[in-house]
Amino acid sequence: MHDIGVGSVVIVVIIAVFIGAVTAVQFAYQIEGNLIPMWYIGYIVRDTTIIELAPTITCLVLAGKVGSNMAAEIGGMRQKEHIDAMEIMGVNTASYLILPKLIAALLVIPMLVAISAFLSVMGGYLAVVPTEYLSSSEYIQGVRAFFVSYNVFMMVVKSLVFAFLLTSVSCFQGYFVKQGSIELGKASTNAVVFSDILILLADYVIATLLT
Amino acid sequence: MIRTENLYKSFGDQTVLHGITAEFKAGKMNLVIGRSGSGKTVLLKLLVGLLEPTEGRIFYDDTDFGSLSKKELRKLRMQIGMLFQGSALFDSMTVEENIRFPMDMFTNMTEKEKLYRVNDCLTRVSLTGVNKNYPSELSGGMQKRVGIARAIVLNPKYLFCDEPNSGLDPKTALTIDELIQDITEENKITTIVNTHDMSSVMETGDHIFLLYQGRITWEGNRNDVLHSTNETLQDFIFASPFLRKLRDTAILNGKSI
Repeated sequence: MHDIGVGSVVIVVIIAVFIGAVTAVQFAYQIEGNLIPMWYIGYIVRDTTIIELAPTITCLVLAGKVGSNMAAEIGGMRQKEHIDAMEIMGVNTASYLILPKLIAALLVIPMLVAISAFLSVMGGYLAVVPTEYLSSSEYIQGVRAFFVSYNVFMMVVKSLVFAFLLTSVSCFQGYFVKQGSIELGKASTNAVVFSDILILLADYVIATLLT
Repeated sequence: MIRTENLYKSFGDQTVLHGITAEFKAGKMNLVIGRSGSGKTVLLKLLVGLLEPTEGRIFYDDTDFGSLSKKELRKLRMQIGMLFQGSALFDSMTVEENIRFPMDMFTNMTEKEKLYRVNDCLTRVSLTGVNKNYPSELSGGMQKRVGIARAIVLNPKYLFCDEPNSGLDPKTALTIDELIQDITEENKITTIVNTHDMSSVMETGDHIFLLYQGRITWEGNRNDVLHSTNETLQDFIFASPFLRKLRDTAILNGKSI
């Protein structure tokens, strides 16, 4: 949990702030001069990050950071015969090595996504209020407008599904790696690539089913 | 005692082991020797259950290994200790944590009992004071000894060693051989060792099997090695001209080992 959670906080914070900032700036650019009030920026940043950007981008990045780490760790154990040694002792290695990671990911990643969503909104504030696109009260008005709690439910569902996918795919790649450093590199890369593809597919399916 | 009956193993179209029928004696050092690629490691992995045979059966004291339920297999595995070629010590654990791992997983021993057993095993392998070291901080020989300590911590009935001397200098290799032999004799363990180290063969081989192209082509003990007329065996054991000269001199002088 420490590796997945605490170890990923810094990158999640950085990404979240910039996601929020970019979303706010780009939306401000698009509505400038139009009939849409500027305070909509806060509303759009909030919902875009909660529904889509926080769970998806955070988990895509975590697939790279955490997923490749898991694949390499378990793959290394396979290649150095650590898994064989455990099997001979009678340990159910899939359960011993993979299940704790899965449980940790399911617990911690939704928390990281929630932190990401919060910080994205803050990032949006920092991008548009000091630069006088709109006032602080206007931004906060937007953030508080038309809040639908169902969006948070969607965010949690996405984060749980994505957490499961990135952990299981990465651990699978590592567990069944063949011998050789090239194979370990491939396993680590495949963990990220396949996790990312499945996350995006699942994102579409969940969006279709829940909206 | 471990016994195999007509054991075959194929990987796709390639058959690696052909009809291996062998009896590995209890309380003895059973050595499986052969050239690289002869099937030694595959045979060892079949015997410990890391691979499943394509055909044939394996018996542990008349119990068919293949017919065991998961629960029975787990119980049997607690009686098996294995030393891997690379020691397979867990990098992220200290020596103490490595050795106590089987106890942590499968016993209800108290912390005090576990620590006592760890220190007992380390003393047995002549390696004390390294409890808090990590495997990367140990030499190759020390890692092998920790591997042996971990393999014997649950007092196994069966001990498997996959090339225990690989990467070691001759002196350390001899120490490891003697250690394995002493443990085998003291505890009446069925020990099976994969090796192509001729010193091991001559020093410890109570019962030797020669594997050639996936078949057992010779069986005997270290005394039989010198006097055997089996050409495959002679080619393998005495590949070096120096050893051939030694053999011829020994035979000439009527000496046995």
